[in-house]
Order: sequence, then structure tokens, then C-alpha cells
Amino acid sequence: MDSNKFTSAGAAHQNTTRQSNVDLKLKLNKFKMLPVTVEFSGGAELLCGNVKKHDVDLPGQQNKWQIRNLLVWIKDNLIQERPELFLLGDTVRPGILVLINDADWELMGELDYELQEKDRIVFISTLHGG
Amino acid sequence: MPRKCGNCTNNAVLKRPKTGDALCKDCFYWAFEEEIHQTIVDAGLFSPGDTVAIGASGGKDSTVLAHTMKVLNDRHDYGLKLILLSVDEGITGYRDDSLETVKRNQQQYDLPLTIVSYEELYGWTMDAIVEQIGLKNNCTFCGVFRRQALDRGAMKLGATKIVTGHNADDIAETVIMNVLRGDIARLRRCTAITTGADGYLPRCKPFKYAYEKEIVMYAYFKQLDYFSTECIYSPNAYRGYARTYIKDLEKIRPSAIIDIIHSGESLSVKKDVKMPQQTVCSVCKFVSSNEVCKACVLLEGLNKGRPRLGIGKTHKERRKWEEDLAEEASRLSLHNTAVSGSSDCGQGCARDEVNGCGSVFVGADEDDVNGDGRRNGCCGGTGSGGCGTTQRENRMPAQKVITARTTMRNLLDF
Ligand SMILES: [Zn+2]
Ligand SMILES: [Zn+2]
Repeated sequence: MDSNKFTSAGAAHQNTTRQSNVDLKLKLNKFKMLPVTVEFSGGAELLCGNVKKHDVDLPGQQNKWQIRNLLVWIKDNLIQERPELFLLGDTVRPGILVLINDADWELMGELDYELQEKDRIVFISTLHGG
Repeated sequence: MPRKCGNCTNNAVLKRPKTGDALCKDCFYWAFEEEIHQTIVDAGLFSPGDTVAIGASGGKDSTVLAHTMKVLNDRHDYGLKLILLSVDEGITGYRDDSLETVKRNQQQYDLPLTIVSYEELYGWTMDAIVEQIGLKNNCTFCGVFRRQALDRGAMKLGATKIVTGHNADDIAETVIMNVLRGDIARLRRCTAITTGADGYLPRCKPFKYAYEKEIVMYAYFKQLDYFSTECIYSPNAYRGYARTYIKDLEKIRPSAIIDIIHSGESLSVKKDVKMPQQTVCSVCKFVSSNEVCKACVLLEGLNKGRPRLGIGKTHKERRKWEEDLAEEASRLSLHNTAVSGSSDCGQGCARDEVNGCGSVFVGADEDDVNGDGRRNGCCGGTGSGGCGTTQRENRMPAQKVITARTTMRNLLDF
């Protein structure tokens, strides 16, 4: 009897797990990954293991991805050293140029720009040797 | 969607910091190049027939400078002979890599390239110097040696002018640094578009009014090949602060950079500092404003195993040196006048000359030899050299200070 009870409780638990996996899948479909390309040059690549080009899938999220979220994500996921040379407060450190699909981000709304699939975001440091 | 170009129907790619205009690639290229042309024409930088040595470090500024000079020379028939001139400081893993970039530029722009090295000129690489003196004052050596190396290389090539890639941001930084240091002599000259003359080759800065942002964007859109790494030997802290400050200002008001340059230009300063007489270094025979040029004094220190003496903070050691030099000088029967220095320092400094402002100027020199060069410090990417004015300008106050401490006026030109 006891063991039976235990089994049924286990089955119930399994059911719950299955159910939440389904939920998760639904959620993931709803907030699907956002593939973008992030590039660093002019010396900024030195902050991320000297790798210039990163094809990344940004995790799905409820709100649209903006550059402001991307910066935090980059700091947490790509920058390997001296993050203060990349980010200052909630924006890039002055002296780092940002291009969105090869256009100056100052023409694109800067932090408020909403990322689209396949966008190419380039960060160029002007702070390194001339 | 990006904004439209203010000039044509294409999409804009850049917001110009100076004007706030949005321009497309082609309109931006044209505006950028023609502004440099205007700067060159307004200042009368070149004459037909000039041979112009472009100080080429492989970094962004000098790479864009080489490209722009070639474009303008062709477009406007300047009639210039252009040569790339690089200085190899002998820094493994830094300069050897950037020189590879310069060698590619030589091919890309079809310009002749000459490389002069510290090793061939002085018998010392920066690697060897750092091994001897450590990381503290190496930039003093590098800055002094580079300035002379660029001159020597250019003269060897028969050049009549040297151009360097100093941009508006660099010059604004230098203005701020000189204000903070209270260095009137250099403040007065650091905004000059051409420096040198009287035996030195004139050095010009065609990018004097060009924003770094535009230089970098130009290089990016044109896919110019440049090298960007910090010199492994030198974080120049003082310039770093000025740089951060300038970049912060630019963020708030982009015209601040040009405004600071204009402020520097319009400063009126009492002309109370005499220019030193031009002479020839008694050791190396190169043009110098003193009996022995600073490069030779530093070199002497290295070769005699007392490298710190050329640098200026270790007073005890320096006194020993002075004695040695005095002995040597009397052997060479140089005419050295004993000068007792209690005169005003010439900089309006009210403090005691020896203990007060003396150390300020000598200290400033130390930082400044590279300070007028690139932001990363002396070696920070600079075949394009330090500010052409560094060595001589600094002599005026520094020499006076030194005379207060020594009787060897001519030999101790720190
Ligand atoms: Zn246009
Ligand atoms: Zn000499």
C-alpha cells in the first residue's frame, strides 16, 4: 500500500515535470532565440579573448532585445577581462564607436534600438594606439 | 531604418561629431578628405616639390593619413613625393607586428617605405633598454629616441617635411594636460599645426582638426588595414586621464574638442621665454639646441650603466653623473660657464626654483616626452612620433631649472 502510494506520487511528479517541459517549449517558441553577429575591433577584441567575430543566439525574452540589453549580455557572456574598458554605467565607454548594420548607432537610436534577426553590431575602440 | 544623407538620397552611415550632419559613405569620404585639404591649403603646409615623410606606425591615424595624403596629392596635384617612414623601437610582439601592417600599407598605397631602428641608430632596442632600466622610465627614452629617429630617417631620405597623424582629440588632450600642468611654454605651442624649423625638419599635423571618430570610421568603411594594440611597455596614466575627460566631454557636446583647440590657439601668452640657440650636438653632430642632445645624454647613461641619470628624479645619482660629465667636459676642453641659478623660472612660478617648480618641470618632461605622442604612452603606436615640439619646448624651462642645481649648463640638458 505504502509503496503503491509512493509510486503514484512519483508518477504524479513525473507528470508535472512533463507538463512543465511542455510549458517551457511553448515559452521558448514564444520567446525564441535571436541570432545576431557581434564584432569587436580597433583593440576592443582584446577584451574578449582576441576574438573579433561572434555569431551569437540571444536567449528569448519577453521584451524586445534592445542594444541596452545586448550590452549587459555582452559584458556577462563575451567580455573576459577589464569590463570597465567596455561598459560604463549602462552604456559603452566613451571612445568606443558602435555601428548597427554598418551605420553609426547615433543615427539608430543608440541604446533604444530594437535588435532584429541577423543584425550585425560592431564595436570599435578608438582608445587603442594610433 | 537609418536616416537619409543630408547631401543626397543615400542612407546616412555616420553622424559627424563636428557638425551633427548625417552623411552617407561617399559624402562622408568627400567631406573628410576635402576638410583635410582645406586645412593643408589654409596653413600652407606644403610646396610643390616637397618630399614628405609620413610618420607611419601602422596605427589608425597614420594609416588613414597615408591614404588621405595619397588621395589628395593625386586629386589636387600637390606635386609631393610621399614616403612612408617608420621607426622600429625594437619591441618584440608589438612593433614587429605593427611594422608588418606598415609593410602591407606600402603595397596597398604603392608608396616607398623606410624603416629606421633604435638598434641601428643607438645600438639599443627598447627591449634591451627595458631589461636594463625596468618599466618605470622607459617611455622617456622611447620618446626622445623616436623624435630624433624620425628626423634622422627623414633627413636620410632627403625629406623636406614630416607629417604625423596627430588628430583633434590628441591635440585637445595635450591642451588639457598642459593646462593642468601649468606648462605655459608648451601650451603656447601645442596647438601649432607646424612645429620645428631652424635645422629641424618642419613637422605638420594635417589631421589637427580631424576627429578621431571620423578617422576611425573612415578606416572602417574604407577597410583600411591598421594595427591596434597597446604598447606592451607603457600605460601612460596621465594622458589616459586627459583622454577619458575629453571623451566624456565629446559625449556631452561633440564640438568641445574643437572648442578646446580653439581656446588653446587663442591663449595670449607673454613672450618671455627665449628660444634656445640652434647648434650641433658635440657627440652625435645632429642638430640640437644644446651642447649635447638629450638622446646622447640618455644614451650615455645607458652605456655607462647608469640609465636613471638621464631621467631626472634621482638627484644623488645625478650629481655623481654631473661630476663625471664635468670631468669629461674639461678633458674635451669645452667652454662651460658656471651659472648660478636663482633667477625666475620663467614660467611665472612663485615657488622656490630648486625645490618647487624645478621638480615639476623635470617631472613633466619625463611624462611628456611621450605625453605629446600617443595616448598609450610613447610607444603607443607611434611611428608618427611625439609632438614635434616636445624636446625643444621643454628645454627652456627645464634647462633653467637644471642650472639652479648644477654648474654644467650645457651638458645637462634634461
Ligand atoms: Zn550622401
Ligand atoms: Zn647627440
